[in-house]
Amino acid sequence: MDTTTAAPPVRGRYRDDPRALRALVRDDAVHRDVYLDREVFELEMERLWSRTWIYVGHDSQVPNPGDYATTDLAGRPVMMVRGEDGTVRVLMNRCAHKGAKLVSEPSGNVGRFFRCPYHAWAYDLDGGVRAIPLKGGYEGTGFAQSAASGGLSVVRHTVNYRGFVFSRLSEAGPDFESYFGASLTSIDNLVDRSPEGRLEVAGGVLRYDHDCNWKMFVENLNDTMHPMVAHESSAGTAKKLWAGKPADAPRPMAIEQFVPFASSYEFFDGMGVRVFDHGHGYTGVHGSIHSKYSQVPEYESAMVAAYGTERAHAILGEVRHNTVYYPSLTIKGAIQAIRVARPIAPDRTIVESWTFRLAGAPDALLRRTMMYSRLINSPMSVVGHDDLHCYRAIQEGLAASGNPWISLHRDFDPAELAGGDRTVKGTSEVSMRNQFRAWARHMAPDATEGAGA
Amino acid sequence: MKPTLDDLARLVYLEARLIDDRRFDEWYALYADDAYYWVPLVPGQADGENHTSLMYEDKLLLRLRIERFGNPRSYSLHPQVRCLHVLQQPELESADVETGRWTMRTNELYVETQGGRKQVYAAVVRHTLSVIDGALRIRLKRVDLLDCDAPLPSIQLFP
Repeated sequence: MDTTTAAPPVRGRYRDDPRALRALVRDDAVHRDVYLDREVFELEMERLWSRTWIYVGHDSQVPNPGDYATTDLAGRPVMMVRGEDGTVRVLMNRCAHKGAKLVSEPSGNVGRFFRCPYHAWAYDLDGGVRAIPLKGGYEGTGFAQSAASGGLSVVRHTVNYRGFVFSRLSEAGPDFESYFGASLTSIDNLVDRSPEGRLEVAGGVLRYDHDCNWKMFVENLNDTMHPMVAHESSAGTAKKLWAGKPADAPRPMAIEQFVPFASSYEFFDGMGVRVFDHGHGYTGVHGSIHSKYSQVPEYESAMVAAYGTERAHAILGEVRHNTVYYPSLTIKGAIQAIRVARPIAPDRTIVESWTFRLAGAPDALLRRTMMYSRLINSPMSVVGHDDLHCYRAIQEGLAASGNPWISLHRDFDPAELAGGDRTVKGTSEVSMRNQFRAWARHMAPDATEGAGA
Repeated sequence: MKPTLDDLARLVYLEARLIDDRRFDEWYALYADDAYYWVPLVPGQADGENHTSLMYEDKLLLRLRIERFGNPRSYSLHPQVRCLHVLQQPELESADVETGRWTMRTNELYVETQGGRKQVYAAVVRHTLSVIDGALRIRLKRVDLLDCDAPLPSIQLFP
């Protein structure tokens, strides 16, 4: 896979000019360079994606000591590892000696230690040096004072929140709790949907290669003005196919999942959207496209047995649509699924879709979320095809001259500039504006708010 | 009626040909009512129920895809998406005379193109076939892409 790290950094008009960078984001519009410019993308990786909390993985991917799962964070190869002490750590996948990646598989178990395939340097599961062949050769050299003797680089700022593991690569930056704040209630709701309060990754991961900027995907998760248009050909067709059936005919799960995408503007408006500081937010404050799924009686009774009637109904009554944990993670609590953005280049993003088993819940729920993933998030999904078609159309269309600005004016209210926890009608573009305000703060922290706008 | 090896192989070739020629209604009619079209997500995947797949669709969902091909607002299908299946000689992999199921194994190269972009996949295809009301029908088509577990772009027709 191509990454951006090998080439020297692009030095254009943005790296040394925070005012120019800040000027890309207006209160109600953004400049096309946020999606197209190579230097802006590199700065995003160095600043936004390194100074904020990025989703690494779920701790159920590494249930036992020695288990690891690899991924890239801001272009850096990392591995999430379960230690002998049961702690989940995030380590750089880079031998301290000459830099070789220690593991090549997406996941696996290394036993009690990592062993480099090149010169057999060995490391404990917490990254410390365990053994080096012919170690005497380093006596009397500067090795003991070098970075190599410190072992693997540990991403020190790593938090496991109810199984969801996030890392912040940079030393400086907001702490976890103040970064995510009340948006964490969406993860709480997802985990609480297990009668045992525990999730397990299950069913595999879909990886969909998007030839578009990562922000187009992330913004779309809270875009409620597109489903009835972009998905007319899939959801609308599903609606038509089912139209002739008697009212009491049992609806196939696929019809139940497709049809709500064809809901009216009024429906999506009524869902509501709620935003938080730092770019987070969710649609589906007052119900969502997942509200009318048929009930699974054994699941409801397991929930009531675990939590009591009132609390169980409160958990299941919260059917948020998509919550964005800016910039990397988006979750869909009501069907226990997440999507993760992994940016590769200004015009390339891998979107991962993971599904969960709710511990203590019937398998029917896992089958339901896997079907949703196939129908909506797979490289072979007709819904995914139409979304990606639109993202790519933007990526190509923005090269046009005459108007370099992207409009985000819908329902703009100057009061939202004060920030904080805010709930408005579902079709507002507040969520995208909120994301870009956070973007600008991290990309150009030295620029005065609104400078050059 | 017991189909000959030629009958079985001919259906495998015909199925691919009808997709390539965009004769989707005739193609659809080759499938039994309880048929599935399955593209697994991982090598050696055991089933389509307990693990996510790239595609695992019954006839209702296949019908939806066909209807969508005719909808001018199926934006992702413009410009036109075309495909070609290049098949090796199908081999009989298994025959269950008791339940009347024959499984053919065929290696293929699948090419899909749109707007000057071309994708090429290598795959092993298995057709499980039965005689229903006197005609040979597809019960299951399983397509194991060689790189099924890689990040993949949109695949819009039927590999």
